[in-house]
Amino acid sequence: MSSTTEAITGGRLMVELLEEAGVEIVFGYPGGAILPFYDELYHSKKIKHILVRHEQGAIHMAEGYARSTGKLGVCIATSGPGATNLITGLTDAKLDSIPILAITGQVSTDAIGTDAFQEADIFGITIPITKYNALIKKADDLSRHFEEAIKIAMGGRPGPVLLDFPKDVQLEKTSVRKASSLKIAPHHYERPKVKGDPQEFAEALNQAKRPLLYVGGGAINSFASAEIKALAEKANAPVTTTLMGLGAFPGTHPLSVGMLGMHGTAYANKAVLECDYILNLGARFDDRVAKYQDFAPNAVRAHVDIDAAEFNKRINVDYILHGDLKDAIREILPFVKGGDRTSWIENIQSLKKNHPLDFDNSGDSIKPQDFLQRVYAKTKGEAIVSTDVGQHQMWAAQYYLFDKPNTWLTSGGLGTMGYGLPAAIGAKFGNPDKTVICVTGDGSFQMCIQELATIAQSKLGVKILLFNNNFLGMVRQWQELFYEERFSESQWTYNPNFVKLAEAYGIPGMRIEHKSEIEKGVEFFLKDSGSALIEVMIPAEEKVFPMIPAGKSQQDLIEFKDLGKLKK
Amino acid sequence: MKHTLSILVNNHPGVMSHVSGLFTRRGYNIDSIAVGVTDNVDVSSMTIVLNGDDFIVGQVKNQLLKLPDVLKVQDMAYASSVQRELVLISFSITETNRSEALTICNGFDVKILEMTEDSLLIEFSGNSRQVTNVISVIKPFGIREISRTGQIAIAYRNQNSV
Repeated sequence: MSSTTEAITGGRLMVELLEEAGVEIVFGYPGGAILPFYDELYHSKKIKHILVRHEQGAIHMAEGYARSTGKLGVCIATSGPGATNLITGLTDAKLDSIPILAITGQVSTDAIGTDAFQEADIFGITIPITKYNALIKKADDLSRHFEEAIKIAMGGRPGPVLLDFPKDVQLEKTSVRKASSLKIAPHHYERPKVKGDPQEFAEALNQAKRPLLYVGGGAINSFASAEIKALAEKANAPVTTTLMGLGAFPGTHPLSVGMLGMHGTAYANKAVLECDYILNLGARFDDRVAKYQDFAPNAVRAHVDIDAAEFNKRINVDYILHGDLKDAIREILPFVKGGDRTSWIENIQSLKKNHPLDFDNSGDSIKPQDFLQRVYAKTKGEAIVSTDVGQHQMWAAQYYLFDKPNTWLTSGGLGTMGYGLPAAIGAKFGNPDKTVICVTGDGSFQMCIQELATIAQSKLGVKILLFNNNFLGMVRQWQELFYEERFSESQWTYNPNFVKLAEAYGIPGMRIEHKSEIEKGVEFFLKDSGSALIEVMIPAEEKVFPMIPAGKSQQDLIEFKDLGKLKK
Repeated sequence: MKHTLSILVNNHPGVMSHVSGLFTRRGYNIDSIAVGVTDNVDVSSMTIVLNGDDFIVGQVKNQLLKLPDVLKVQDMAYASSVQRELVLISFSITETNRSEALTICNGFDVKILEMTEDSLLIEFSGNSRQVTNVISVIKPFGIREISRTGQIAIAYRNQNSV
């Protein structure tokens, strides 16, 4: 429905559309080609703009905001280099299905294609990494593209969208505007009707003696936690989650077997081998979890997903339900019967007992696993935790138990180093009353370290837990185990003084090196609501276990206790 | 095995890139692609011929349907659709083989567009096998230039008519 109103500039219209959709915060960085829009933003009383130090920071902040609130994340950049700095974040959001709107300035329409100053074909560049993108050629088209973009970002399987906005179109007047019902509130959009036979689906589960629920990031996007809990309890079925699904089912629940996959728990991975029925709820049989077609070799496989293209993409399944996870489980539940699964549950308990998460905590050095357990205890598991990528990410996934959805922010699909700090900043803006902790490593931290300034400028209380081993730890671990200890370019022979660096930004910092300082360190870092950085020196040779070597499957899992065998 | 996909898409800039980019990034090879606007100026029809087993073609279809600008994807079974390709060929002739060339053209229902002392420009349409056939027969004369449109296809309304 287009309606005619008083003519306003494209830039003004964009601001009004954002306001009407309920956008309260945007993360961005101005520049020549986006100035008319910024000039209009200057007058907005509803939208808060967070000035970042690098556009990669802006989009990861938008992601952290989106993941922790369930709302749309919005970021702004200028044309050319500003826009191309969003590429990593757009790809990250595509792989992890995060709803993001990126607005980029573009050179004037008459200059497009002439290699003008700060021109890049961002429309063409982002085709494969966005769910939708458009170059707005006329101010009259803006409203239509905006509506399309928001609906696509938020609807179905969420994802990133990009609107490329030429400078003259920002200045051009238009009175064309759609009567909009757009909202960025979670789950605002109509969900497609569930397709498939829920009864048949449930009966396959009822017949199983050793069922296992395998929960992915779709559970977070669909706000399906309550339904998953009801299903697990009714069916008396253990639940494992993917890295993306952490928090969708309480990590402290007796039926939880933790994370599965490459660095998942031994008991989750063993449960996959032993189960006779596996129900994939909003996961995509990612290659870090399900390496081969014989994944869950003894099991009937069932899959619920909102994206039909995921069915039988990597792993063939026996039962399919296509639709929103929350709705689908509601349809299955009435047909699910309890059944006696005592021996299966006992079996799981003994797997947990005999194959626990384990590390050697003797000696004077600080073990990251130990430190994370203490942070978990101190925060009572209530914090929102973001991570970067590497060993610290896996330790955090293993040792901080997530009970609630939208509290675990990590780059799953793309594995983006530099994600953690800005994501934590975005999450803190979305959840000012919660403790937000960024768990990072000395490698990852330096990829977006400039956003410390954004923390300082906004006087934001973000907690930074930096594990420092003066190495790219995960690279080192692979080199040690699979490249005969040839540590090619994985060691930092120079690292800055991170504590002084934090202090230079007005953020209190502390370094600890010995076990005796742990208590003091945890206390310092979490003592008040302000920001703080704790640098924890850890042994370079500390490794993440369990581990399924790359290219291998569940059968080849290596536990901590197998380390000796591995290195023989 | 060859599959022919008939795809209806929104007719605006960038859609072709979206569709062909999807093939590129997933490593699927396009044998031929033909695009034209339909009776509705907002909608274009694409015919894509690709080589792949049922799994690959199923994946292609699923991924195509995820693109917001793709309206419909139809896998054309050879037997229940008509598939055509147009080819223009310019080739050399001599005084001695001119009549042979003309006989061949007549036999294959080829349209002659231009005849000079030493060349013929012809037009032929048929299914891809027939087009390939005509090309191979003409080849010994000495092809100067050739232009193929790529295959287009449409399903028979009455699926029993075949």
